[in-house]
Amino acid sequence: MEERPFSDISYRKYLDEDKFMGSRCRKCGQIYVPPRRFCLECRSEDMEWHELKGEGELAAYTCISIGPSFMIEEGYDRKNPYCTGVVTLAEGPRMVARIEGVDARDPESIKIGTPMKVEFLHRGEGDKARTFLAFRPL
Amino acid sequence: MMSGKRKIGRGVAIVGAGMSNFGMFPDKDSKDLFAEAFSEMLASVDKGFDPADIQAAWIGNFSNDFFVHQAHWGPIIADLTGIVPRAVTRTEGACASSTLAMRDGLMAIASGMYDIVLAGGVEEMSKCTTEEVTEGLALATSPYEGEAGYTFPGVFGALATAYFHKYGAGREHLMNITIKSHENAPLNPKGQFKQTIRDLMEARKAKAAKKGEQVPDWADEKEALFDPRFNPPVAWPMHLYDCCPISDGASCILMVAEELAKSFTDNPIYIVGFGQGSGRGLHACPSLTSFEANKQAAAEAYGMSGLTPKDVQFAEVHDCFSIAELIHIEDLGFFGEGEGYKAVAEGETRREGRMPINTSGGLKCKGHPVGATGTAQMYEVWKQLRGEAGERQIPGRDLYIGATQNLGGTGGTCTFTIFERR
Ligand SMILES: [Zn+2]
Repeated sequence: MEERPFSDISYRKYLDEDKFMGSRCRKCGQIYVPPRRFCLECRSEDMEWHELKGEGELAAYTCISIGPSFMIEEGYDRKNPYCTGVVTLAEGPRMVARIEGVDARDPESIKIGTPMKVEFLHRGEGDKARTFLAFRPL
Repeated sequence: MMSGKRKIGRGVAIVGAGMSNFGMFPDKDSKDLFAEAFSEMLASVDKGFDPADIQAAWIGNFSNDFFVHQAHWGPIIADLTGIVPRAVTRTEGACASSTLAMRDGLMAIASGMYDIVLAGGVEEMSKCTTEEVTEGLALATSPYEGEAGYTFPGVFGALATAYFHKYGAGREHLMNITIKSHENAPLNPKGQFKQTIRDLMEARKAKAAKKGEQVPDWADEKEALFDPRFNPPVAWPMHLYDCCPISDGASCILMVAEELAKSFTDNPIYIVGFGQGSGRGLHACPSLTSFEANKQAAAEAYGMSGLTPKDVQFAEVHDCFSIAELIHIEDLGFFGEGEGYKAVAEGETRREGRMPINTSGGLKCKGHPVGATGTAQMYEVWKQLRGEAGERQIPGRDLYIGATQNLGGTGGTCTFTIFERR
């Protein structure tokens, strides 16, 4: 795999390519999402890119009625809340991500422990194009 | 390896404290608010004090840059209070900014560099819309949380679902915290909200009757708090009454070297333990029901003071959201993990309870002008320890050890400070 720096910019570029990538310590095997330059376990700087399976389960969530402006622009508001959460990945680490395919108007219907699969939300065009990490129930 | 135990090189005491009224003040700016706090602080020094003796100042401010488009608040406050041309430094640790101001003052006196310093904070938020404030505060979440659409209430909402799931608690348990804070609210003349939940329910009923609408027939506080017309969701399970308000305000304390303290007052309050920790975002923190920064701060402060959680008689903790209060009282060791919500339900954190928490009404009722909150928490402990808290004085107890816990961002910064009256 090509050598991109283990940075947030690289991480987001991979998301644009529908790839969910972390870094893996070559010395001790620890996996980091988003990627880290320094292994916090063994302090090695010998990292490699690691594509995550994109599977996990819901560890925490919230359904937001008053969101930041970029979510308001997507059409979310008090009448149309959205869900965002924390997913524990099959590989072990956790990641925060938007949660799709659930009813954010009925938060009690959403269950911690639900198996989830990764999804890439492409929003905006041209200079404003961005990809958001999301998960959806399997 | 470094030694784990921290020490204060030279004793430090608080000999004066002041805070402005907290609330939404369209006709007051940050200088007006700080002037209120500073005047009260000067008047509070029992044996009198010449402000020309202040050798340096630290002023906490999170984001007036965003809220009122003015940065570099240190010199503005130094000019206001006549500290110019002596040193002033702005500190920023999100909602913990003014505790960091106190910390810098503490280190400066402990090191021997200064003997008399001012620490305080200010924030002016209400000139923005709710949406703007939400966005301004969200600047202090981690970048990954921001991208995932989290707001401040959203991060705490997610922590609440994890806590509920792990310990079997629910919204009704968080409501106990809200109801308790609002019981203290009418007793704090400087607070933003001065009504109990019952008062607010009656006001709502009266309003409905006046408008000719159906009058709600809630049986008790919790029934009202479960009613989304009374208590709408913000970031489920965080609802309006789980969240602190948008506030303007200022606060400050006068800190001096221990050997000088008695020349200012016969009743100084000593800072005997301080700790500060840092934390990661939700994705990387080791637990979703605890703040790692809290654990670090608590271990340092207890170690420094030689005290244990059992020695602390009461505390002000950072209840920016109801769930935060619950997590803090467990992280600080006042209650066991997963036990906090039961203790709250049994009334242990009420003013008359075994461990009074947020006698000021907390951020929820007193208000949360973020940069002012840390030293405002210390103002409450100063008042309680000196027996000057008026109607909200903790009853029937000789108070000598109190503490404040201040959280910045979504747990990126946490502090814990222990105070003693000797
Ligand atoms: Zn490693």
